[in-house]
Amino acid sequence: MLELVTVSLLNGVVYGLLLFMLSSGLTLIFSMMGVLNFAHASVFMIGAYLSFQLGRWVGFWPALVIAPLLCGLAGAAIERYGLSRVHARGHVAEILFTFGLAYLIEELVTMVWGRNAVANAVPAVIDFPLFHVFGSTFPAYKGLMMLISLAMFAFLYLALKKTRIGLVIQAALTHPKMLSALGHDVPGVFVLVFAVGSALAGLAGVIGGFMLLTQPTLAHAIGPIVFVVVVVGGLGSLGGALLASMLIGILQTFAVAVDYSLLDLFRTLGIMISRGSPLYELFAIKLATAAPIVPYLLLVLMLIVRPRGLLGTRDV
Amino acid sequence: MTGAAAAAERGARSAAPGRRRRAWLLLATVALLVALPHVPGLQSDFGRSLLTQMGIAAVFALSFNLLFGQTGLLSFGHAVYFGLGGYAAIGLMRAINHGLPLPMLVVPLAGAAGGLLAGVLFGAVTTKRAGTIFALISLGVGELVYAATFMLPGIFGGEEGITASRTRATIDFGFPLGSQLQVYYAVLLWTVAAALAMYAFTRTPVGRMCNAVRDNPERAEFVGYNTQRVRFIAFAMAGLFAGLAGGLHAINYEIVSADAVSAARSGAVLIMAYIGGAAYFVGPILGAIVITWLQSSLSDYTSAWLLYLGVFFMAMILYAPSGLAGLIMMHRRIAHPRALAGVLAAYAVALVPLALMAAGAVLAIEMAYRMSTQPELGTRMRLLWMSLDAALPWPWIVAAVALGGGLLLFRAAVPLVASAWERAAARG
Repeated sequence: MLELVTVSLLNGVVYGLLLFMLSSGLTLIFSMMGVLNFAHASVFMIGAYLSFQLGRWVGFWPALVIAPLLCGLAGAAIERYGLSRVHARGHVAEILFTFGLAYLIEELVTMVWGRNAVANAVPAVIDFPLFHVFGSTFPAYKGLMMLISLAMFAFLYLALKKTRIGLVIQAALTHPKMLSALGHDVPGVFVLVFAVGSALAGLAGVIGGFMLLTQPTLAHAIGPIVFVVVVVGGLGSLGGALLASMLIGILQTFAVAVDYSLLDLFRTLGIMISRGSPLYELFAIKLATAAPIVPYLLLVLMLIVRPRGLLGTRDV
Repeated sequence: MTGAAAAAERGARSAAPGRRRRAWLLLATVALLVALPHVPGLQSDFGRSLLTQMGIAAVFALSFNLLFGQTGLLSFGHAVYFGLGGYAAIGLMRAINHGLPLPMLVVPLAGAAGGLLAGVLFGAVTTKRAGTIFALISLGVGELVYAATFMLPGIFGGEEGITASRTRATIDFGFPLGSQLQVYYAVLLWTVAAALAMYAFTRTPVGRMCNAVRDNPERAEFVGYNTQRVRFIAFAMAGLFAGLAGGLHAINYEIVSADAVSAARSGAVLIMAYIGGAAYFVGPILGAIVITWLQSSLSDYTSAWLLYLGVFFMAMILYAPSGLAGLIMMHRRIAHPRALAGVLAAYAVALVPLALMAAGAVLAIEMAYRMSTQPELGTRMRLLWMSLDAALPWPWIVAAVALGGGLLLFRAAVPLVASAWERAAARG
């Protein structure tokens, strides 16, 4: 039991920190620009593909630097030449733009790398056991990923709360006119924010891509869960995103590990449900099978109980 | 008060001929739709099936637009109501197969009921919020239901879905649903009825309040309306009609599977409504027709058709946010035929570099797709009448030159179109 709990907890934290890497950039873009970026997971996917390709050409460590930079440049171009034209038409138009972009990126990735998953294996330089728990090894790449994820949190927190440019960025959302009257370049700030957010997604793709299957549907597989994270954490709250990522990561990992159903629970309580009962099939679902819907159930529950999210400051 | 009454009376008097014209237009449209499956070229089962799909897509896109265009709610999970309606309908079809004395023609009503039920159930939670957060929740609900269909194979049939027969019924009132032609007429009947009902809904006070909630929720609230309630009603109605479309889908394909509730279908209906023009009632119908046609014609020729659709969608978002219907309405303003001729001439000039650009892009995309998705077929390929080898550099150079040159020429042609428009506007 202790073994199961420890290993699941560790895996849950790893998965949670991976989710946080994605949701940090999304939260940054949302809280600073008010844009819900549907293409964020797509940039993550580009990061994963770039790490695969650059890893072959120049090796893992240079790829870890170059791929996020390329993703950041792509993000800057997206904001400068596409999204900035749409800002004036409101948030729904922005969402539609990023939705179309996500659609397009999936097809472009297919065009370049094909429909099947590429062999994005863990780079040999970081594929050695870091320590052992209950006989199973904890690989170094997971440790590196956790480290980078926490560093991202520290970087974003300090950059936004403790620096002058952070203040300017925060003001760009709430008082854009005042800010430009004071001589700041508001569209430039938006380009910067979108570039940094995209670079973070790219970095997450490089370091997290090989933990998931690198194929064109990757963005759609992970994107909705990241949205759940930012809503549950409280839209725009960095600390909330961290908390919610860990919560969902741990919940989902535990759910996968638990091979019980409601039926078993009722049985231990002494309640028997016959096979002919209309809800039998619903009760008979093993928690392990139900793991994929855990985040979405949490989302719906959260919206009923506490619509502002865990650490949100305002009702969304 | 008297002024307002007089204005209302004037409005009613001027509306009467407009209404009569609309009635004639409707009659003519229905007559055309009845004759359409006998037109040469559409006489085949393929043509009739295409028309049937267009009808189903039109109902679905219209129901989506009750939310999006009408109430300002952007849903990324509208297929949930289409699919759950479809499951309800296929359930009724199975019951009819087993001897329930009902004609197949009423099956879409079960779809509508299923869609309405799902809409009421999920709408109670999701319509608490509008705007960005509604879009997010709708996505979450979509994923939830999609995952649930695999988890409850006894109800949803898992990956294979649920099948039924549309021909095995004890009564049919002389209207059996066997051939594709019969299915087309059944779908046409329901499509026209649903479109009229949705149009009527936009004209009711509730429909008008939906517009108010979309445009200025704060003011609507101050006037005394509960915005959440208005959103909920719109959501339930949209669920009902999406379910009806799902029921038509069940009749047409005789199978409903998890892909009926998938995110891909939710995305497709969004694209249809947007490309058609969400601000106009007929916009989604237009979008449904165009996209369904593109889907069936392009997907035969190229595996990259989704990329073309994506580019089309992005171009519409950036340059024509009012959709195809908006583009058409824009030209209705040019009353003078000479002015219209001038604008069309400018379009013809601008079309040449645009076509060049498109040709270059298509060439590059097709070669790239061949190399990445079908490497087993080799690099020698045929594109329309040309045969070429994607391993050689020259096709790529041609593609790049066509794309770049076309872009430069097109940018030069843009002022030409703009000045033609200015002249047309000056004429009145």
